[in-house]
Amino acid sequence: MLVKSKPGLFQRFYLIEITKGLAMTLRQWIFGKSVTISYPEERRNYSDRYRGMHYIKSVNGVENCTACMLCPTVCPAECIHIEAGEREDKEKYPVKFEIDVLRCCFCGMCEEACPKDAIKLSNIYEMSLTDREAADKRSLMEQRGHK
Amino acid sequence: MVESVLQWMAQNAEALIMVAKCGVVAGVLFNTVPLMVWLERRGSAWIQNRKGPNRLGPLGLFQGIADGIKAVFKEDLPLGHVAKFYYLAAPVVCLIPAFMTFAVIPFASELTVAGLNIKFQVADLNVGLLYIFSVASLGVYGIIMAGWSSNNKFSLLGSLRSTAQMISYELSLGLSVVGILMVFSSVNLSEIVLQQGAPLLELGPITIPKWGLFIQPLGFIIFLTSTYAETNRLPFDLPEGESEIVAGYHLEYGTMYFALFMMAEYINMTVAAALTATLFLGGWQMLPGFSWAHTTLTQALGLTTLGSDVFRVLLELGSFVAKTAFFLILFVWVRWTIPRFRYDQLMDLGWRVMLPLALVNIFVTGVLIYYGVI
Repeated sequence: MLVKSKPGLFQRFYLIEITKGLAMTLRQWIFGKSVTISYPEERRNYSDRYRGMHYIKSVNGVENCTACMLCPTVCPAECIHIEAGEREDKEKYPVKFEIDVLRCCFCGMCEEACPKDAIKLSNIYEMSLTDREAADKRSLMEQRGHK
Repeated sequence: MVESVLQWMAQNAEALIMVAKCGVVAGVLFNTVPLMVWLERRGSAWIQNRKGPNRLGPLGLFQGIADGIKAVFKEDLPLGHVAKFYYLAAPVVCLIPAFMTFAVIPFASELTVAGLNIKFQVADLNVGLLYIFSVASLGVYGIIMAGWSSNNKFSLLGSLRSTAQMISYELSLGLSVVGILMVFSSVNLSEIVLQQGAPLLELGPITIPKWGLFIQPLGFIIFLTSTYAETNRLPFDLPEGESEIVAGYHLEYGTMYFALFMMAEYINMTVAAALTATLFLGGWQMLPGFSWAHTTLTQALGLTTLGSDVFRVLLELGSFVAKTAFFLILFVWVRWTIPRFRYDQLMDLGWRVMLPLALVNIFVTGVLIYYGVI
């Protein structure tokens, strides 16, 4: 609803209102504390439950993942691509585990679906890379995050 | 060889001092630009609880230099649709009057060294104030040229708006000063400053000087408001308008040409601030406490006449710079406080409020002078 109030005589005289405004900004100028931070040096504290970059949990250098395809099935953005293979001990494992991070919406449903506790979301929120080859399965396994 | 050079310098001392004064004034004006850019950006950041540019140099002070270097090294795209000569001339036509106006503003009182009388003013013209107004209005030509030669509707509209605004407010700007001229009966700026040193009221230990602010409060408010409109600063920055006319008259400009427009704007601000200080805050007249410091320190240190005079000039220079700096800070302060006016509101304020008020001010001043109050 549009409420129109007619300004009084003093308000129409501007100067008093302007002086009030100037006092307000001066207060911010002198006493106001910065709400922004010097980013690369200072970091904000995010929650432990923050959903950032994915990683694959591994035990003794062997990934927990058994390529059961539950996470690509549940993924709403369809950003997980797994090629399954077989190890010598007949165990199923992902030959290729690719996450299209640009498509990912970081909902965390892959983490919830995973029966082996293999795919997890870390606290890492800086996802720019200088090298295309750097983002392979190995990098997913090495990026542990801070959980 | 050295002796002959010294002799030549002694013979041409006056001309050399003149050149030095021109150089110093132009250099200081030039250097206010990066400083004001820094103040604008850091000041706005502080007012809005941000940090602002703080990486380059101490407190980010070199940001303006970096901006300048960037502007110089950017690729200069040749535009096919502009009127080349006027397009290239416009920024210069904007910039030169901005520099020229400062010539008549005195920034300290006279100093006599070895029989040489040094005036701290580039040109002590009899027509001081009239010169400032006539040269400052030349800046409009640069804006009109920029808008017309750009061959762009937005540019043209922006320059028309800017011109209309500047011409409208020039009236109230000129009329608001008439009161000052009536009181001091002079347009010579050094004369006006000299007369402002006289005491107006003696309230016990406190002496209120005859500053323009105390004898012409209404004129001061009108003058200050009009200078904001004249220099195209917020709340009257109508030449620009993202949603209406994009960037206004400098829309088609890039690289250093655009930077020249920005420099002209900031130098205009500096001149406006210096002029406000000169007319209404007593120019180089010392700030309260400075003259006391002068007498005590001269006695305590046992300075000679020359040393005392140099100290006095330094204090006066400091007072002038402080007053000018206050008005420059006020420019930034007001910009980040008050929302901008709509165009019709601007014209309404200029013609229906400022102009009648300025006329009333002149009338009241005349009556007061007739009855000998001021």
